[in-house]
Amino acid sequence: MEEPLPERGVILKAAIGIGLYAMAFGASFGAISVGSGLTLAQTMVLSLVMFTGASQFAFVGVATAGGSPLAAVPASLLLGVRNAFYGVPLSEILHPRGLARLWTAHFVIDETTAMAVSQATPRARRYAFWATGLILFSLWQFGSLSGALIGRAVNPSDVGLDAAAPAVFLALLWPSLRRRDARWVALGGAAVALALVPLTPPGIPVIAAASVALVAGLRPSREDAERVEDRESS
Amino acid sequence: MTPLWLALVIAAVGSYLLKLAGMSLPESILNHPKVQRVAQFLPIAMLSALVAIELFDGGGRYLVDWRTLAGVAAAVVALLLRRGFLVVFLVAIAVTALLRLAT
Repeated sequence: MEEPLPERGVILKAAIGIGLYAMAFGASFGAISVGSGLTLAQTMVLSLVMFTGASQFAFVGVATAGGSPLAAVPASLLLGVRNAFYGVPLSEILHPRGLARLWTAHFVIDETTAMAVSQATPRARRYAFWATGLILFSLWQFGSLSGALIGRAVNPSDVGLDAAAPAVFLALLWPSLRRRDARWVALGGAAVALALVPLTPPGIPVIAAASVALVAGLRPSREDAERVEDRESS
Repeated sequence: MTPLWLALVIAAVGSYLLKLAGMSLPESILNHPKVQRVAQFLPIAMLSALVAIELFDGGGRYLVDWRTLAGVAAAVVALLLRRGFLVVFLVAIAVTALLRLAT
């Protein structure tokens, strides 16, 4: 028998807190999704299979913007690219082998990664990943379903649901705006998208905003210059 | 299958495959600092674009509903006051709904 994990209680408490937040977030997703015109089934397939909040909201926003729903594919996938990068630290923590990799991957999102990497021991990291992943997944589904049922019962514009999507995107964006370079990227993304509104079919402006991230990320940064200097001086 | 369902299935499965790729690809590809920086900036540029589009795009032309704008402005105040997600969401829809009711 393994020793009980000393951090278990602390991790569980944090995971439940994150789960409750996810439930509220999921409820807003369900309501917005159904309010925008997706069916209950479509809303739940997004929550169950896509299972990454920002991409789900983006999918709904772009797919119902009036152009081809296919424009929502690159928009949601580009937002999901960050999840691929979480695989690097998480593979080291979880060592998933063979088939286990298939279901482990489904739970690779912002919250599980943040919880796992912030623990002190390998066992606590694994526990934090699974506790957060399973609690959040359950409450996300419950929230989505409740929100979708509420959203179906009301007229979306009567209850101000049209303000919910931009407010949610802003809330997701908010923490990263503390960084100066991120503020420039955000400004650039909005500017590119707005400039394209009258010129391109709906959905394209959001996809085009990704180019700002590409340019900002690939340009030589001060950190690179410092690294070169370090190398030269040593 | 309707175009919406088709797009939905491709996007949902694709999102999963991105997660799986991260656990399967050799680390060296994803560990490049420039690649990581692009990945960090991607959600920032796109979420910001989505805010702008939701507020000012009326289907290929510029259109603002000032009640929606006021709701989102109230959400910004809630964010500045460090309120949680649920408060931000409720403030945005409540302000917009009340203004719509009053006008």
